[in-house]
Amino acid sequence: MRLSQMAVAALAACLLAGCAQGTGDSEETTDVSFDSSAELSGEVEVMGFGAGDEIATVRLDRAEEALGADVDVTLVEGDLDIQQFLSSVASGEPPALVYAERSQIGTFASRGAVVPLTDCIEGEGIDTSVFRESALGEVTFDDEVYGIPEFNVVQLTQANADLLEQSGHTIEDVNGSDWDAVLAANQDLMKVEGNNLTTIGYDSKLPEFLPLWAKANGADLISEDGRTAQLDDPAVVEALEFAVSVYDAQGGFGEVKALRDSADFFGDGNQFASGTLGAMPMEQWYVSVLNDVSPDAPMAFDTVRDLQGEPLAWASGSAWAIPKGSPNPEAACRMARVMTETDSWIAAAEERVRLREESGGLFTGILTANEEADEAVREMAPTDGDSVWSEAVAAMYEANEHTFAMPANPAGDEFEQAWQDEVNKVLNGDKEPAEALADAQATAQEALDEAWASWDEK
Amino acid sequence: MSVAAPARRRSSGRVALLFISPWLIGFAVFMAYPVLYTVYLSLTDYDVINDPTFVGLDNYRELMGDEKVVLAMRNTFVYTAMAVPAQLAISLALALLLQRAGRAAGFFRTAFFLPKMTPPVAVGVLLLLLLNGQSGLVNEFLAWFGIDGPNWTTDAAWVKPGLVLMSLWTVGSSVIILLAALQEVPEELLDAARVDGAGWWKRLWHVVLPIISPAIYFIVVVDTIASLQSFTEAYTAFFGAGNTTYSNDAALFYAIYLFQQAFEFLHMGYASALAMLLFLVVMLVTALQVLLSRRLVHYTGDRA
Repeated sequence: MRLSQMAVAALAACLLAGCAQGTGDSEETTDVSFDSSAELSGEVEVMGFGAGDEIATVRLDRAEEALGADVDVTLVEGDLDIQQFLSSVASGEPPALVYAERSQIGTFASRGAVVPLTDCIEGEGIDTSVFRESALGEVTFDDEVYGIPEFNVVQLTQANADLLEQSGHTIEDVNGSDWDAVLAANQDLMKVEGNNLTTIGYDSKLPEFLPLWAKANGADLISEDGRTAQLDDPAVVEALEFAVSVYDAQGGFGEVKALRDSADFFGDGNQFASGTLGAMPMEQWYVSVLNDVSPDAPMAFDTVRDLQGEPLAWASGSAWAIPKGSPNPEAACRMARVMTETDSWIAAAEERVRLREESGGLFTGILTANEEADEAVREMAPTDGDSVWSEAVAAMYEANEHTFAMPANPAGDEFEQAWQDEVNKVLNGDKEPAEALADAQATAQEALDEAWASWDEK
Repeated sequence: MSVAAPARRRSSGRVALLFISPWLIGFAVFMAYPVLYTVYLSLTDYDVINDPTFVGLDNYRELMGDEKVVLAMRNTFVYTAMAVPAQLAISLALALLLQRAGRAAGFFRTAFFLPKMTPPVAVGVLLLLLLNGQSGLVNEFLAWFGIDGPNWTTDAAWVKPGLVLMSLWTVGSSVIILLAALQEVPEELLDAARVDGAGWWKRLWHVVLPIISPAIYFIVVVDTIASLQSFTEAYTAFFGAGNTTYSNDAALFYAIYLFQQAFEFLHMGYASALAMLLFLVVMLVTALQVLLSRRLVHYTGDRA
């Protein structure tokens, strides 16, 4: 009896004494002096970054060289696990450096999980003027930068040239500049056998590309200051109605998705090579995949265009950030600098060019958040129009000059979930676009209000 | 003597406690403490990184007005109501077949159990491949009989039946339990029934099922709890790696919504309140099953 009483008492004491308290107050990154000429030592654990290709390894080698022989860099590879990262910060044992999506930086900053980089930028001499404004904007709150932007991702119109030709259409009909033309091309490109869709005419890539369609129609999903949702804007509703009508004309989203999912997306049986997709907007990295696995696929490329015919792309990407309580912020800052500086990108691109030449492939460029680096790397990529792949590279760089980004906000994930959930309800036939976006507006605004209230209280 | 007896009892009590202390410590650390901590967190606003702030019953009030809780709970109950009987029926059918397999029974026992070893994440991915509306094996099979199969992964009406179908992949352990129970059915009872003119169906209904009812009861309870907590396969197929942006409300199970609140939105306090509600629901359903078992489950031998 006494033992069991003791066990219960110990448990109760533990609870009362604060075992059940938050894991709480990690150290701030205080008393740190960032200096690009300082000798550094210790360990740099990096979370969320994988050295999977030469673009990563070349820059990583340069970073290790800049850090010096006394610094050991270890990578916790794989996509960033948010809970693992936040738990490590909460328990006072964060990694020195974290690599995340730029859209996640707002959530981390609002919870105090990453620190402002003002001193780091100044001390290490990071030239922020070379970064794209939209990329830097995604990681800036209250005029303080919380992340050093790295890659940039934009969309291109990617189409099957043979199918376009057979149906009497051109790439201009599917680049988004005329929605009626897209719908007409969709109708002519799609193929149905019996009750089954066998070729997708046009894939508007919902739910993820709603921001792109809305912007093409002149609307933003969120206000410039990141505080007000604008999901029920009539221009957004109109954009969603258009993008959904593309699927309705093909028997519904379910039919299109089933066929989309059945393709060997990363293999030589991909939708373009197998002639089962007419056209779609798609991120630029897929050009590299197509060039690699199906170099003879009959492709045609253009930028995505708004209704005025201007190139348009929704930019997103990754960034480096220093966690609160980072055990080695000086080294973390230097590593972030070297990984994103112009010379590192050029060296990485040169290595890729060499490897591609060796394997008989083509270098299809790299897009970064560093404009200066992009200009230099662009010179190495074929943009002279000799082949369809050089058209793709040219379109990619043109798209990169015409980007917009979601402004920084502390409820990035909840905001995205709010509109994606409702778009999915439209795709599943549960709601009409206007009703769904009105509901999304209410949910998203509530999440933004709550998150900004916490931020403003800080 | 009168003084020594209580002392001896106390001493043997201590020894007994010492022997069960590994379990007690394990229970306290891995069960009681997390449950109590969850109760505490459910009364707080907690985002993993900052200290929890006490908010009283706010999370429970919010939970009452959350439409997604109702949706997720309804999805979970519908899935459970379909999955548990289906799993039981298939397990029993396979066990009855295995019983007749003679020498090959050992091989089939292993074969039926092997899918249980498949990681649930793999089952989720497999689900997307097998149930693809265009090129999935299931629809190709149905096409042999002239049936135009549905879009299992996008049509809300077919999402849950698809998940139930996939859950049948892992009935191996239930088959083994039922097979063991079937082998315990006394041959003389079956012979007596045969002599009385009972056919296969009557012997099954009036002799076999009552005798194996404790095993059936065990499977129903365990499968019900597992179904109410169903997560991995549906999450992988409809919310995780299989579909990073597309999702279908028909697959939003309660545990998935709880996970989203906890680990995607970092509303750990609210998620703890959701966990407590699930805990209560599972307790109530299990208690109901215990009550029903008194009428429906037949135990052989004397009751103590």
